[in-house]
Amino acid sequence: MSGAEFLLWVRGPAFDMAMAIFLFGLLLRFLEIFLLGRKTDLSVARGNAMAGGVRTMFTRFLPADKNSFQRSAFTIVAGYVFHIGLLVALFLFVPHIELIKATVGIGWPGLPTPIVDFFTAMTLIALIAVLFHRLTHPVLKFLSTGEDYLVWAVTFIPLLTGYMAYHHLFFEYAWLLGMHILSVEILLIVFPFTKLMHTFTLFLSRWYQGAMAGHKGVQS
Amino acid sequence: MSTRKPSSSPAPGSVGEYLRAQGISRRGFLKFCTATASMMALSPAFVPRLVEALEKAPRPSVIWLSFQECTGCTESLTRSHAPTVEGLIFDAISLDYHHTLQAASGEAAELAREEAMKENWGKYVLVVDGSIPLGNPGFSTIAGISNVDMLMDTAKGAAAIVSVGTCAAYGGLPQADPNPTGAVSVQDLIKDKPIINVPGCPPIPVVITGVLAHFLAFGLPELDELNRPKVFYGQNIHDRCYRRPFYERGQFAETFDDEGAKKGWCLYKLGCKGPTTYNACATTKWNQGASFPIESGHGCLGCSEPRFWDGGSFYKALSVPTGDLGQTAGYALAAGGAVGIAAGLLARQKKAQAVKDHETVTVNDLHKGEHS
Amino acid sequence: MSATLERGINAFKEHLDAPIASFFSSCVHCGLCADACLFYTETGDPQYTPIHKLEPLRRVWEQEYTLWGLFKKAIGLARPLTDKDLEDWVPLLYNSCTLCGRCSMVCPVGNDLVYMIRKAREGMSASGNAPEGVKGAAKRTIEIGSPMGVRLPALKAQAKHVEKDTGLSVPFDQEGVEYLVMMSSMEIMNYPEYLEAIVRIFHQAGKSWTLSSEAFEATNAGIQIGSSDIARDIVSRIVTAAEKLKVKTVISPECGHAYTALRWEGANLIKRPFTFQVQHIIEVLDELREQGLLKTEGMEEEKLTFHDPCQLVRRGGVIQQPRNLMNLVASHFVEMNDSGKMNWCCGAGGGVSANEDADEIKMKAFNRKKEQLEELKVDGLVTACANCRIQLEEGMEEYEMELPVYGLTEMLAEHLVKDK
Repeated sequence: MSGAEFLLWVRGPAFDMAMAIFLFGLLLRFLEIFLLGRKTDLSVARGNAMAGGVRTMFTRFLPADKNSFQRSAFTIVAGYVFHIGLLVALFLFVPHIELIKATVGIGWPGLPTPIVDFFTAMTLIALIAVLFHRLTHPVLKFLSTGEDYLVWAVTFIPLLTGYMAYHHLFFEYAWLLGMHILSVEILLIVFPFTKLMHTFTLFLSRWYQGAMAGHKGVQS
Repeated sequence: MSTRKPSSSPAPGSVGEYLRAQGISRRGFLKFCTATASMMALSPAFVPRLVEALEKAPRPSVIWLSFQECTGCTESLTRSHAPTVEGLIFDAISLDYHHTLQAASGEAAELAREEAMKENWGKYVLVVDGSIPLGNPGFSTIAGISNVDMLMDTAKGAAAIVSVGTCAAYGGLPQADPNPTGAVSVQDLIKDKPIINVPGCPPIPVVITGVLAHFLAFGLPELDELNRPKVFYGQNIHDRCYRRPFYERGQFAETFDDEGAKKGWCLYKLGCKGPTTYNACATTKWNQGASFPIESGHGCLGCSEPRFWDGGSFYKALSVPTGDLGQTAGYALAAGGAVGIAAGLLARQKKAQAVKDHETVTVNDLHKGEHS
Repeated sequence: MSATLERGINAFKEHLDAPIASFFSSCVHCGLCADACLFYTETGDPQYTPIHKLEPLRRVWEQEYTLWGLFKKAIGLARPLTDKDLEDWVPLLYNSCTLCGRCSMVCPVGNDLVYMIRKAREGMSASGNAPEGVKGAAKRTIEIGSPMGVRLPALKAQAKHVEKDTGLSVPFDQEGVEYLVMMSSMEIMNYPEYLEAIVRIFHQAGKSWTLSSEAFEATNAGIQIGSSDIARDIVSRIVTAAEKLKVKTVISPECGHAYTALRWEGANLIKRPFTFQVQHIIEVLDELREQGLLKTEGMEEEKLTFHDPCQLVRRGGVIQQPRNLMNLVASHFVEMNDSGKMNWCCGAGGGVSANEDADEIKMKAFNRKKEQLEELKVDGLVTACANCRIQLEEGMEEYEMELPVYGLTEMLAEHLVKDK
């Protein structure tokens, strides 16, 4: 197989397959969650559950408070860096926007590539730091399962191959781009069946907690 | 003032002698050699060696076979511009068979091919343009001989095969999905001969002659993983593109007639395949170095890459998947919905069963069996 | 009948719901919950990471309620839960969790971990994997009426003392009054000041109230052990008494989980809304203050701080009220570094204090409170939960600190404008 043929395969049938599994899994997982149901709270509300739910959906983007931030500074800072970098690389790189525009129908302006490149490099470094942290911190080492490392790898590799493709490192561009797209396809396939689901379910979780707290009149 | 004598006179029957006979001056010949050397990224020190080698090289016998093709490759060579040295280099070979260009036809033509083969067995160069249909030998025949038979037969005595154009090199347009004729490339069929792919739709004319010159002077050029001569196909269009700075800055033409297009911004969003294409277009250019497609305001089609017809619309950005995602998404979501609802209902039923199976826990039930 | 693994797993299956499924789907193992849990921060032992405590519940969820988990179980990738697993989790789900809910507050994906711990205890108790101490407390509450074995005569005797000291009557079983006052046995046994304070405050406010001889104990060991059935039995007594006496409001005493049991879980346990409202005594007092019915005089001059009972504040939403009341009677009230909804637990709530196996670790956990107090250099500590108060007193004894601990209600009562 030549690089061009490989690229054709990953852009064509492989992408379709990965996207199909991704969407299938996503809907399946959401239905599994929702259909499990939830009892209505019969206690008299002190506050507004819906307001609490919406509030928590957004407030949890920030640390609970200064002290909590200081206690977990590394995790939080590294977490921000790699999440922001990931979002910038994913959503503000023009070729990615073109993909979204072509598949979803909406587009927006991108950033100059050297800026995206900078964020990507930063994210790669942050992810390596995060991995190192996971391998050394007593709690993270203790908690981590194979899935945690798998998820790390399927997140890291698309960034790495994307970075390599942009810089034409080591391989012919068609191969690099193909590997990049393939690694994203692996990410898409793994996504619904791993903790990567948090990307979407975190809003649901925050909603549930926020609503339960809001019902009690607590800002969570 | 006497004209400086060449260090060596062209050998009898050589390329050099032929060119001299055609009235090509020494200066013109040197100029061609220098240009060719520079295109091949050879150091200036190689120019005399190229000169010497070409002057001495015997006029090789060349058999040119055209299969499922559009004659664009031949046109590229013969019509691109007024007669030049590279055109004449092409003339300088002993083109013993080329059914588009030769005067003879029918059995006489085939006889000429067979004779040339016999005379130069093991030494002739086989040039092929067009792909070979395997679906049905009758799809393309010449003098009643199927393309595949003619290729296999002619290839036997060839010193090397040059696949000119993307069809011969990779299958090209005839092979494009759904490939109705079962078209294959030369290298799909022949495994025991050196094959040089000179892809492009069509290839740049000077690249064709350059490859021949290289072959005559130095033998087989160094090839990349797609059997393309690295000297001509080592450059990435995107890397060499004069519009690259606009890509970096994020300035893109969105349509073919917007401000960006007029300002010469990057054509990535309009489907330019430059990033995945390896060819000499951005450096050698076309029409005697006049321009190349991107310079004319159209994105690169990636015509020197395998299966470039199948990469979705030419006007879709490279990062865009080629398939019909809408349909895929529809099926996937329908399946996910069905399985999800089934799984969810099963879980609900399990939960309801658990509620039904619930035995009231009293303070006397808090101990395990052995304690009760 | 005896507790079995099957009953435990059945209980997990009953209580798993959409929020829990979402929570488990969202966890990224970031470990932030560990940094919010005093059992981890004070021991450095990663097994106390809150999300890890939920592993049995997570496994049941995955293996029973996800297609992926069913598949994993079918091909042998997922090991079904055993009784040994549950036994191993007793120290994690009971001894080292006070249901304080601090972890829920810091979780970046919004997981309400304590909601899940509460549910996980359902399976633990149904499978017989609850600590002996908590089992005993539950049994005593059901059979005797109070986790500490306090019976009505003890309360009656205390009431008599209070009547003698105050010259006011302690009403029992009065129909149609505004408030039904509940007690915690801790208050009956250790802090008789509470009842005296109630008598005097309500007298001054001119509010009608009563105790019930059928239901005076507000604490609910069923909530602590995590058995809805037992908790329902206990709550039902209060509901029956309150409805019989036709009171408007039932007042939860200075006890954290009693408030949770009555205010938030009660109606859900009996599966219908209450016909009366439930308030914590601190809420009632703050209302009286607002209405000008709580008249105080004089201020505490000492530097005082308020220890937030988790169930009252973070899990209960009564945050500002105790502060209003503190400012009413304390001129030098200071906040701890982490306070209000981000307070640190005393280390003994959620059934930990009833569980002898947790005696050692709850003292280690107290170290967090000790550091908070040392940082502030206060002269005294006020709280509004008898269980916190016991732990604070024991903790200070253990760490050789000498700091008086007051109940907020009794402190207010001491400053009531004297009757002429």
